[in-house]
Amino acid sequence: MNNNDKIEKLHNKLEELYELTKEQSIDFSFEISELEKKLTTLKENYYSHLTPWDKVSLVRMSTRPVAKTYIDHILDDFIELHGDRLHKDDKAVIGGIGFLDKIPVTVIGQQKGATTKENIERNFGMLHPEGYRKALRLMKQAEKFHRPIICFVDTPGAFCGIGAEERGQGEAIARNLMEMSMLKVPIISVVIGEGGSGGALAIAAGDRVWMLEHSVYSILTPEGFASILWKDSSKAKEAAEVMKMTAKDLLDLGAIEKVIPEPLGGANAQPVEMADTIKALLIEEIKELLNLDVDVLLENRFNRFRQMGSSMYSS
Amino acid sequence: MMRDLFKKTKYVQMPIKQKQVDIIPEGVWIKCPNCGEILFKDDFDKNNGVCSFCKAHHRIGAYDRLSQVLDEGTFVEMDKELSTLNVLNFPNYEEKISKAQEKSNLEEAVVTGIGQVGGLSTVIAVMDSRFMMGSMGYVVGEKITRAIETATKKKLPILIFTASGGARMQEGIMSLMQMAKTSAALAKHHQQGLLYVTVLTDPTTGGVTASFAMLGDIIISEPGALIGFAGPRVIQQTIGQKLPEGFQRAEFLLEHGFIDRIIKRKHMKEELHKILLLHSKEAFYE
Ligand SMILES: [Zn+2]
Repeated sequence: MNNNDKIEKLHNKLEELYELTKEQSIDFSFEISELEKKLTTLKENYYSHLTPWDKVSLVRMSTRPVAKTYIDHILDDFIELHGDRLHKDDKAVIGGIGFLDKIPVTVIGQQKGATTKENIERNFGMLHPEGYRKALRLMKQAEKFHRPIICFVDTPGAFCGIGAEERGQGEAIARNLMEMSMLKVPIISVVIGEGGSGGALAIAAGDRVWMLEHSVYSILTPEGFASILWKDSSKAKEAAEVMKMTAKDLLDLGAIEKVIPEPLGGANAQPVEMADTIKALLIEEIKELLNLDVDVLLENRFNRFRQMGSSMYSS
Repeated sequence: MMRDLFKKTKYVQMPIKQKQVDIIPEGVWIKCPNCGEILFKDDFDKNNGVCSFCKAHHRIGAYDRLSQVLDEGTFVEMDKELSTLNVLNFPNYEEKISKAQEKSNLEEAVVTGIGQVGGLSTVIAVMDSRFMMGSMGYVVGEKITRAIETATKKKLPILIFTASGGARMQEGIMSLMQMAKTSAALAKHHQQGLLYVTVLTDPTTGGVTASFAMLGDIIISEPGALIGFAGPRVIQQTIGQKLPEGFQRAEFLLEHGFIDRIIKRKHMKEELHKILLLHSKEAFYE
């Protein structure tokens, strides 16, 4: 029996005992407390040993909190703003303004849907060029009003399609990367689920990049990676194992600054607790970044990317 | 006999050509992958890798490109010895690198340096698709970044010829980070009011398109070059329908407003010289 089945079985057993207690007024409190302890241990063990592919699966589950979940919990008086002023409003990305503990901030979040219907409306969190341009418009607006920027990253990748190419997907991402390097306000990006390719990087080229413990961030989805490298997209699981895409991998590589621990059962099980943790960290970090001289902020941001991976060559 | 061979009436010529190919020494003749015509290798080289029948601009090596664009004897290469280490231990990556090095005679997929175009100094970077499809890993990103930084420091323009299938899969997230690094270096060059010209050649896709390729003050392309973010095969798989004629070709991008001009290879040097001249100090003071 694998760990997951054991957890499931214990869950069912507990449910039975809860029912029996209620229906027949028999005192099972000792048994219940013993089983609960056992379940917690099992879960702790399970969630601390997730394989990269387990993580990919976990963050793709419909129970995984999406950007809007965090925006609603973390910000006060959130006002959503729409459109790129050039073509349309891309619903795969949410943007707006609100208070983070009395600090006005701009927030941008790649938005997956909680249901299939919403996922279709949100294009599964895959942005078109207008989505990146909407994000950039709001970032420029933030700069004008000296607001820090918070980005929630959650996308399998930038959308691949005819319209996306016609409207310059590559140009839109490139423009964001260049402009973000010059924006005179702090930018913090948090990978909350899936960070896929340049489509994720286009809102994660700021001062700090954090990842939730079970989130993943990679050059491409494991499916795409397997398809390109091995001409077989069904080898996604094998791909995930060699891609070094977990939060810990990226921290070890120096590609991110922080791994945010997830509550037991992952953010999926306890979204509010997860949101509270993120909120506290954001408040602390943004206050610190706001204290920096703009020139220092920008030089640090430049060096963040400039120094990354500097052991990867010989000369 | 050679004149017969170059006749355009395909249906008559086909069997004869086959015979000819069999008896001539290897390397003297080549077959155009676009139209199938047999070309005399010397002519093909003199024509800068452009087919004299169908005018297809074929992929050429970085040093050939440099000699076509720069004044003779002016090129000074930078960071020639920079080569990739497999610090992430990706399976079989060293072997791939060695093979690419042997095949291309290059250390990595880009050559960078300083040279002159019609007497005007410029930093130049040329990618080479023969080296692992011109994919961008740490070293490619680093060489391009250093070239941009040299241009910024010396207050020179920079020309980048792109040719890339995108980010290098074997280097994972670090390949992706090269997109941000090169773009940030270009921002600094841009803020100094310096000129950046990109020349997109076949193919330019993925992470290179989504970073420095699309950030030129002036973006030029060679005729017929494939340019896009996602590759056509991936798009076709995603949307499950046939792609329109000419999709993602240079002419398509010109029509949609993403490049400034399409320039034939034989006119490239002259065109680049004009652009450099228009942005040079001489243009202000003479
Ligand atoms: Zn031809």
